[in-house]
Amino acid sequence: MKKVIILLAGILLKTISVTASEPYKPGDIASDFSLKNVNGEMVSFSQFKDAKGFIVVFCCNTCPVVKKYQQRIIDLNNQFSSKGYPVIAINSNDKNVSPGDSYEDMQKVARERGYDFPYLYDESQKIAKLYGATNTPHVYVLSKRSGKLIVEYVGAIDNNADDQTKADKKYVVNAVNALLGNEQVPVAETKAIGCGIKWKKTQE
Amino acid sequence: MRKLHQFILLAGILFSVTINSVAAQKIEYIKIPGLEKILKNPANKLFVLNFWATWCAPCVSEISGFEKAARDYDPGKVKFILVSLDFPSQIENQLIPFLKKNNITLNVDVMMDVDYNAWIDKVDPHWTGDIPATLFFNNARKSRYFHSGELTETELKKRINSLL
Repeated sequence: MKKVIILLAGILLKTISVTASEPYKPGDIASDFSLKNVNGEMVSFSQFKDAKGFIVVFCCNTCPVVKKYQQRIIDLNNQFSSKGYPVIAINSNDKNVSPGDSYEDMQKVARERGYDFPYLYDESQKIAKLYGATNTPHVYVLSKRSGKLIVEYVGAIDNNADDQTKADKKYVVNAVNALLGNEQVPVAETKAIGCGIKWKKTQE
Repeated sequence: MRKLHQFILLAGILFSVTINSVAAQKIEYIKIPGLEKILKNPANKLFVLNFWATWCAPCVSEISGFEKAARDYDPGKVKFILVSLDFPSQIENQLIPFLKKNNITLNVDVMMDVDYNAWIDKVDPHWTGDIPATLFFNNARKSRYFHSGELTETELKKRINSLL
């Protein structure tokens, strides 16, 4: 009997510690948030009444891999926002660790590159931590299902950061197209080389 | 006397060749099979694989620590390899000049397979692909440690010493 209790307590403890820190995986329910856009307004998923889902891209101004993908992020929004899957870009980099990633710099990049999707500032880094984003760019495709936001895909935009024309696995495009056709997402999780998110230096 | 002169000359040439070959840096271009060959190397030796790129600022800032640390260990016991993830289009105009300018002497293996998802898990399943990242392993002793993020020279040596 004692053994059973210890075992149960062990399982319970493990479950608690796992739910507290695990990054989002396909099938998980994603949380909404309220973050400041480059135009000064606060943005939440709940404001997009007609959206079927979202292409959430953790990115920034400075990472060379993000720069390689900037145009492809714009293209994703152009291709899918009218079909119900707008891009929501989020910068979670700490401006002290990465000086080019301040809110003012985000406004500048959004203006210069003509971002016509929300580019949000996750200054506290809580959303990156909640989602489990580690790299830039790091994409989460979400879909609305019975009032909930389900994580459908986590990972890279495609399989060639350097040369778009050589990318023969377009993970995000394929995932969203599958969702639009009520099909299963072909590849639900990928990894890619990228810049680590620049976390705040903890005070010692 | 003339023979001695010749001997000194020859010895001098040999000596300079040896010095050069110690300082000369080896660059290799690898794909998945090359990476797997390194990862499966059965030698009783601690391999320190640092994944980096010239476009990654924290990677560049930790490299001098790797260069300095490498001088303190017997190359027969600890083998350092810098695995460059520079974009293939930037090897000639960015990576090679960087190595020359900073007098990097450690061996550099340039990973030419950019289909990252096909090989990141082979390095370590916990790696999400952010760089810098460093893998320490000695297959003969079945020891292994993966570190994601920057390492100072002191942290690096501490980790190596704990695995030797």
